Parts: sequence; structure tokens; C-alpha cells
Amino acid sequence: MVLAAPGTNRDHDVAFALDLAGADSRITLLAELLATPALLDDVQLLVVAGGFSYADALGAGRMWSLALTHGVGDALQRFVAAGHPVLGICNGFQVLTGTHLLPGSLAHNESGHFQCEWVRLEAPTSRCVWTEGLDPVECPIAHGEGRYVHPDAAGLAGAGQVALRYAPGHNPNGSAADIAGVCDPSGVVLGLMPHPENHVIARQHPRHTRGRAGGLGLALFERGVRYAKEH
Amino acid sequence: MGGGARLTIRTVAADPRSAGLLADAHALGVHSVTAIDVADVVFFAEELPPAAQAAIEAVLVDPLLQQGSWEVPVGGVETALLPGVTDPAATAVQLAMATIGLPHVGVATGARFEPHGDVNAADRAALAHRLLANDVIERWADGPIEPHFVDEHATADHSVDHVDVRDLDDEALQALSRERGLSLDLAELHAVAAHFRTAGRAPTDVELETLAQTWSEHCSHKTFRARITTPDGTEVTPLLRQLRAATDAINAPFLRSAFVGNAGIVSFSEGRTLAVKAETHNHPSAIEPFGGANTGVGGVIRDVMGAAHHPIAVTDILCFGPTDTDPEGLPDGVLHPRLVERGVIEGVADYGNKIGLPTVAGAVLYDPGYTANPLVYAGCIGVAREGDWELPGPQPGDLVVVLGGRTGRDGLRGATFSSATMDATTGDVAGASVQIGDPITEKLLIDVLQECIGLYTAITDCGAGGLSSAVGEMAEGVGADVDMALAPLKYPGLRPWEIWLSEAQERMVMAVPPEQWGTLDERCRRRGVEATVLGTFTGDGLLRVRAGDLTVLELDTHFLHDGRPQRSMVAELPSPPRGAAEPPACPDPAATLLALLAHPNIASKERVVRRYDHEIRGTSVVRPLVGAAHDGHADGVVLAEPAERHGVALGIGVNPWYGIVDPEHMAHAVVDEAIRNVVAVGADPAKVALLDNFSWGDPRRPSTLGELVAAVQGCCDAAAAHAAPFVSGKDSLNNEYLGSDGQRHAVPPTLVITAMAHVPDADQVVTPDLKGAGNLLVLLGRTHTEFGGSHFALVHDLPLECGPVPAPDPDAPARYRALHAALATGRVRACHDLSEGGLAVASAEMAIAGRLGVRIDTLPHADIATGLFAESNSRFLCEVAPGDVDWFLGAVGGTALVVGRVTGDGRLTMPGVDLPLEAAVTAFTGGHR
Repeated sequence: MVLAAPGTNRDHDVAFALDLAGADSRITLLAELLATPALLDDVQLLVVAGGFSYADALGAGRMWSLALTHGVGDALQRFVAAGHPVLGICNGFQVLTGTHLLPGSLAHNESGHFQCEWVRLEAPTSRCVWTEGLDPVECPIAHGEGRYVHPDAAGLAGAGQVALRYAPGHNPNGSAADIAGVCDPSGVVLGLMPHPENHVIARQHPRHTRGRAGGLGLALFERGVRYAKEH
Repeated sequence: MGGGARLTIRTVAADPRSAGLLADAHALGVHSVTAIDVADVVFFAEELPPAAQAAIEAVLVDPLLQQGSWEVPVGGVETALLPGVTDPAATAVQLAMATIGLPHVGVATGARFEPHGDVNAADRAALAHRLLANDVIERWADGPIEPHFVDEHATADHSVDHVDVRDLDDEALQALSRERGLSLDLAELHAVAAHFRTAGRAPTDVELETLAQTWSEHCSHKTFRARITTPDGTEVTPLLRQLRAATDAINAPFLRSAFVGNAGIVSFSEGRTLAVKAETHNHPSAIEPFGGANTGVGGVIRDVMGAAHHPIAVTDILCFGPTDTDPEGLPDGVLHPRLVERGVIEGVADYGNKIGLPTVAGAVLYDPGYTANPLVYAGCIGVAREGDWELPGPQPGDLVVVLGGRTGRDGLRGATFSSATMDATTGDVAGASVQIGDPITEKLLIDVLQECIGLYTAITDCGAGGLSSAVGEMAEGVGADVDMALAPLKYPGLRPWEIWLSEAQERMVMAVPPEQWGTLDERCRRRGVEATVLGTFTGDGLLRVRAGDLTVLELDTHFLHDGRPQRSMVAELPSPPRGAAEPPACPDPAATLLALLAHPNIASKERVVRRYDHEIRGTSVVRPLVGAAHDGHADGVVLAEPAERHGVALGIGVNPWYGIVDPEHMAHAVVDEAIRNVVAVGADPAKVALLDNFSWGDPRRPSTLGELVAAVQGCCDAAAAHAAPFVSGKDSLNNEYLGSDGQRHAVPPTLVITAMAHVPDADQVVTPDLKGAGNLLVLLGRTHTEFGGSHFALVHDLPLECGPVPAPDPDAPARYRALHAALATGRVRACHDLSEGGLAVASAEMAIAGRLGVRIDTLPHADIATGLFAESNSRFLCEVAPGDVDWFLGAVGGTALVVGRVTGDGRLTMPGVDLPLEAAVTAFTGGHR
């Protein structure tokens, strides 16, 4: 299930990536899930897709996380407790921190404005099922509020919850300890600011005319989909 | 605070907005301030019990990032929106309160600024005026501000006024036009008076306003349809007819629709059509840069939706005054270019990023001619299945349906405003002309329209003129009867004419057969889009607008659309310098090259481009920034769906400095440049469609109109030469500012050409970054001593008329076909078009993008200045492996010349130039890497 709220805009990109990774994805509108929380019972994997839900008028992702918590909070907790993989990308990451499924918060970029550029991500050893054994990924960021803030970044790493870091020199927004993505204590819920769904074929890379392919974000989706199928 | 409450929210760490504000404050002349702290404020119309305060704070304040306070602070400068300006953040707070079960109260939002340093009341006032509050949409207070809440119980006066124009003399008619801001000339006013004399009644105020909107320059293109003569009596074919004739003569097999409806439509690949459109939003952006640019993007996206296509990308071309303009020297009422630039870029970014479309091709130009009249061009392309756009049009009995955003007082009289010259009071009187964008509502419209194909017989967007223009156009010949009392409103209290003329954004109007209404309404509800029936298309040819039982307008649609008398105008054609010229002196080519690379028009636009999401949809195959360090500018962009082989390229041509010297050759040159840009990235020159967008001064001045006539001539000649049809266009005239000095400030003649072209194989695209040391550099095309309007002239303070503007090259089309065939083999490693700054700048840009050295040892002209810096048309620089050179020279024809090679020594070496590459990178990027 790719979940989309009013203002979500990378739902189709994620659905394409998931299908390429072997899933059979479907885009579900938030209103449909709020009306029928049992829709979650029929799916094995959930992605909260990126965009500007409710225009981010209260702060990035806050209205969406409020609606989720009040509408389907319990169903979501059960879904995670059952070990189904959950992914929040960009606005989806901001939403999952808002629901407290993931630790920390996302603040305004150090630059004070929206940035769109490519970054290199590395996956340290962690509990995360989405990034286990993942080679470095190159993909774009496209956000204004992506600076990861956590009172104890070292503790988080020690607990195996830092799933992705910006490679040295690639931290675009001032995130604590170069953190690009974190997982929950169980490792099935991942949130990240960059967009691996926008690098699933080689010619999407800005240096593809220079013969420098590699670093496909597709690998991350393949891990999540495989995990969902095996569990 | 009379019984209300306020929550002040500040960040725990330094607010990233503060640094930018401080830099702006200093640049705008307030030097006493040493820091500016920022906070957000939420106002509540009623006192809140502690439990409610705690619940709200838990939603609005993230304790890891922010702290909230319910105390009323002391001092500072606070801003809030003017009454009537949409406040989406307040609406969002109300939605959040409802979600957590709190009762409905009035909410408003504002911002708080706390300047530090030795700042007195005069400094605070200067800060507020120049930087913190735009008085077109905001109020400010020295200290805590008193909020203004939306009156949710206002009532409207539903009466209509009659304005008897039938017996007015010329003076009284013109006075009426001025007082009501109708922007109609005497002949048009006579036509209106005559019509109502025949009808035997006085027009209502709504009818007058509707005629003024429909007959405005913005909506009816009177100049482009005018009868034009030169002073010696020679008749010039009306300009729009010339452009259409050029397109008809080309008879391109891929053309589906040109100069009709909301956008041009072509088909480059089986079963698929593309719609393309570009618009200007100059006047609104001058007085409220963020909102003006924001809604400019929103408007052009709706144009593509109004052509029944699904938007896939956005473009923008921006023209500003120099950002280092002395604030003291600005004409009265003119915003500083620095603020205009910031607001416009944020406005484009906000809309494009939130609606989820990549903002790709573009340009940013700076010239003192744009200080009082900044120009904002926004474009959009969309895709549809072949045939889906061919709609039958409204049928008698079809429902008039408005969908999307609600109607408020936003943007009243925008069309007439945009057709008038601005002066110092424009910001005051035009406050209501500024619209506020809501990209999320438009995003939902995009989604739902994809699901509604086949459910409607006609569709158009609500742009300038609002419902009056949208319903008026659709009703042409058919007639419609609509009731303004049915329109969903943002707040109560609007009069019927306000509803009818409001330019509230994010609205589309459809003709829906009654039997399809249920399905359409259900699909809209699923997506949370509001759809409302306003009336029916009648079949009687009359446009009838009611407010309940009261008829406020009844006009024959034939008179509305065809009743305007054709304008007669006089054009004095320019006589530009042409032919051979002496080359300019060039004592220090290295210094010239660095000055060119650092010139704001040529230097890196990375800081702008990175503000736009150009990655979303995953379709960007050649993006605006390319190369080893992702900081080289691509010639054009290429978009291709990830699952498809073919793609589409977009290129832009614009050069106002040529326009000042020789408008006809300027037009030819910028058409050529736009086509060069798409050919350079791998597009097929046999499948190119063009858009023209003119921003000009007042065409009632014969010399200004003469420049326009010359430019249209150049457009038509270039289109014919390249067999590339114009498919749509738009003109924005009267871009002039009447300063308090009594001088008229007009923009330079600014023609933006957009080329959209077919890319047969998106895996076989080419970028300008150099790929490997040892490869050879081959120049294609002819080089002449052409420095008129050149950037060489600009950086050396030479008169722009120092020589001829680059002349058309008759061999260009054949050269482009040959180059395309060569690029399609994949054997050409890099390709870049030559434009501003000529061969020297082009080779330096390729070197910067590839982070490799260049050695140019053969120049294409005996004169060094000409060889390095002339801007002759239709030239490319290509990188090929040594073993491919003979093949390439044979493939691309007689003008090709090996001029140098790629080196690994990290230097730029040319006759008179020997620089470390790093110096060029620093000049180009301003050291911002």
C-alpha cells in the first residue's frame, strides 16, 4: 500500500519503484484508509509517500500524522507489531516521526530553504530490514525541512537505529551525525529524507552520460519487498 | 487582545530564516540592525481554556525543535495579512483543532520579528516597509499586532448598479473608463454605448466590467489583431495572422492544434499528444513577487489542464533588475530587485514543488530595464492519449460546473490591471488584483481530471477575468444561464459581480452532460475536490448571469466576443545596423573571459535551480545541472517516462540586448537558439514546436509597435527556415512604469521562445560536459564580426549598437539535421551550443562542467576578439574521440573545424588566454561551491 494524503506527490514514483522491485502496489488515499482501517489487513507492506501533505501548513507532515494517529493509530501499531515493513520517505518520514513510530524530528534545512540535489547514502550496520547489506545508494533530496534532530544521536546509533547516513561531504541540510534515515527498534519501520524511488533506472542518474551508473535506489525497495514476501 | 489568545512559536536553535533577513536588511540600507529573530504567531478569536491551550500546543509545537508561549510579548515588529487575503495556515489550524475535537473558533496567523542592535523606531519602520511586510497583502505594527479574523457572518448587498453610458460624450466616457479601471479606448467605449442604445437600456456595472475584461489586451490581444500601417501608409498584415500563416505554411505532420484554446498541441509519438503553453505574470509579480509568480505557475498549469492534458513539467524564465541596485535610486513604489528576485524564486519553487511537477528549463536575466518591470514567464507541458483532447464543446442542456477552489475576492480585475501601465499608486489600488495560490487544491484537480476523461464536453480554466472569462468563452455561440448564488465561497458577503469577476485560483469550468454529472461528482468527492453546478448551457446564444432571481448581466455572446472594433495602429519600423563592422579592441582576452563567466546572465544559476524540484516523476534524463560536479548548465532538458524509450526536449531562447539593437534579427536568433538547445541534447530538428511570448512596452508608441512588427517578422522567417511551427503564444504589452520623475520606464523588447522537440531515444542523449582528455573539439558553423547586443559589449561598457546583431545563417537547418544524425550514433561525447560570450565562454563552460582542461589553438576567425567572443548564430562545439574525427567532419559538412582538444592539465588555454580551470570555476560560480 502506497498511502497518499492531499498534497502527496511522489506516490506514483514510489509505486513504480515498488513494482519494479517485484511488488504489486496500489495507491490508497488517506481518506479511504481513515474510512476503512481494515484495508491495512490486506497488505504486506506500507509506504508513506513524499510530498506536501496539507501544504505542510502546520509544519512538515504534522496534519497528516495527527490524522493518522487519531484515525488509525491502533491499526498502524498492530501492522508494525505484526512485523510488516513500513517505509516513510521525505514527507512520509516527517509523518512517521510525528506519529512517534520513529524517533527524532525533522527541522528546517540549515540553508533555510528548499534544496534539490543528489546525495550519496551509506548503510551502516543496523537493525533495519530495508538496508541490510545495502551498497551505497545515490539519489536526490528534495526538501526544505529535512535536518534530522535527535537529542542522543550516538545512543540511537548504538541501538542500531541509524539505518542510513549521508556519505562524508554529502550532508546537505545539517542533519545530526549525517543521519539520513532511521528505523524503529524492531527494524521494520524505516524513514529517510532522500528519494531512492527517483533512481531506479540508470538514466535517472545525473552522470549517466559520463558512464557512471550504479548506486540504484531500487536495491532498497527490493529488500523491503523481499522481507514482506518472506514474513 | 480583546478576549482572544495568541501563541508565539519560536525555534529552539537559531531560525534559519534569520540570516537571510539580516543580509537583506543590510542590502536595503538598514545598517543599525545586527540580528533579526523570527517567530510565528497564531491568533485565536476567543479565550481558550488551559486544556485547549495544551492540546493546541501539543499539535503546533514540536518540543524537539520549538517552544511556544501564550504570553503577549513586548516590542518587536509584527505582521499579519490584510483582511480578505486568504490565510491557509489559519485554515489548517482550524482543521487540526477539529481533528482533536476542539470547538470551532476564528484563527489568524502572523509573523513576529525582533531586530537587535541600536535600532530605533524609524529603523523598525524602514525594516517593516522595505523588507518584512508587503503592504499589498500585509499590515505591520511596531509591537504586538491586533489580529483580524474572517467575518464568517457577513452579508452581501445583492443589488446591481446601472451605468448609463448611452448619452455620454467622449470626455465623460473616458472619465468613466479611468474611474472604473476599464482600460478601454474611445472606439471601444463608443461600441459599448452604441450597443446599449440599440438595446434600449443602460448596462449594469457587471456588464461593463465583463466587457472590459473580455476586451482587455490580456484576453483579446487587440494589438496582435490590430490593423497596422506604417507612416508611409503601407499596410502590415495583423501580427497574429502572420504567425498563423507561418504555421499553416509549414504544415507540420505532427501538429494537432495551434493558436486555438488554452495550449498548443502536437503529437511526436504514436497514440500520444503533448500540450505546451507559456504565460507571463509580470504585473502581479512586480507588486507582490511571491504571490504573482506563484499564481503565474498555477495559471499556466491550468492552461494545460484546460487543453485536456495531464501536466508533466514546468518551465520558468525570469528577468530582474540588478540585485545590487542602490535602494535610494529606486523609482517610487518599486520593490528592490533583491526582494523581487527572492519572492519570485520562492513563489515559483513553492507552487512547482508542492504541486509535484519538475521545474526544468529556464533562464534568469538581469538588466536595469527590468528594475521597475520584472518579467516572470512560466510554461507547462502536458501529455494525453491521442484524441482525448478533441472535445465537442458545450451542448445545449449541458451543466456549467465549476470545480476546485472556492471563490473569494482575490484578484479582482486582474485582466484589466495587467493591461494598464503601472505607476507609484499601483500597489495601493491593485491590492485586490493579487491572487494567492493554493497548489495542493490544484494538485487534487490534476488527479481528478485524469479520472474524468469522457465525462465532459468542454473544459477551460478560470484565469484572468475568472468565471466571466471562462463561462463567457465557453458560452460563445451557445449561451449560458448561471446563478452566482450557487458558487461556493471562501467567506460570505461577496456581491454578484465580485463572484463573477474574481480571479480566485485553482478553479476549472466544465460543460457536463446531465447524465454524467453523478459520476463526475462522485469521482470529485473521492479526491476531496469540490464540484458545483452553476447553471446550464442554453442554446439561445445569450449569456445570462443571475444572483438568485435577480438578473445582473444579459449579453449576446456574439457582441461580447466579436463586438470589439478592430484597433488601428501605426508602426515605425526600426532601422538597425547591419552588414560588416570593425571588430572591437580586446587587449586582455583572459580578463574578458573571466568577466563574461562572472556576468550575472552567464554565471551559474545553481542557487536558483536547486530551489526547484527537478527530479520528481523520475523523468529527468538531461536535467538543468549536469557534469562531473553537477554544476554545468545543460543546453536543454530531456524528459522521458522511466518505462519509455522516447522523450521530449525543451529549450529556451531569449536575448533582450539583441532586441534593443535589431528586433527582427533578435527574433530570428532566439528561435535559432531555442532550436539549437534541443538539437544539442539529442532532439530531432524535424520535430520541433515553438511558443512565442512577447513582453513589450506600450504599443501605442509607433516605434515600440515597429519593434514588435519587426520581431514578428523575424519569428516567422525563422520558423519557416527551420520548418518549426508556432503552436501557441502570448503577448504581455504595456510593461512600462510611469515614474514619479515623469519618465516612462519600459522593458527591453523581450521575446522568449520555447522549443519543444522529440527525442527519439532517451538513452542516447548528449550533455555539454567534457568527458575525456585527448578528445578533440570541433566547431560547427560560421563566425562573423557580430557584436551588436553582445555580452562582450556589456562587460566592456560598449554601446549595444557597436555592430550588427548576429544574422541568420541560411545553412543552419541542414547543419542541424546532419548534427542530429551524428549525435544519434552515440559517438559524439559532448555537445554545446554557442551563445552569449561565443566560443571562449562555450569551451570554458564545457571545461567547467567536465572539470577538464581545454586548449583552443585554432580560431575560426583571423580577429581574436571575433574568434573568441562573437556570438554568431547556429554554432556548436562538439567533443569527439581522435579516432572519430574524420567520420565526424565528413558527417556534419563543410563548416566544421577542429579548433582544439580536451586536456588533463587543468588549464584553459586559448589565444591570449592561459588560466587555471579553477579561476574559471570561481568566476562562474561566484565561489559558492
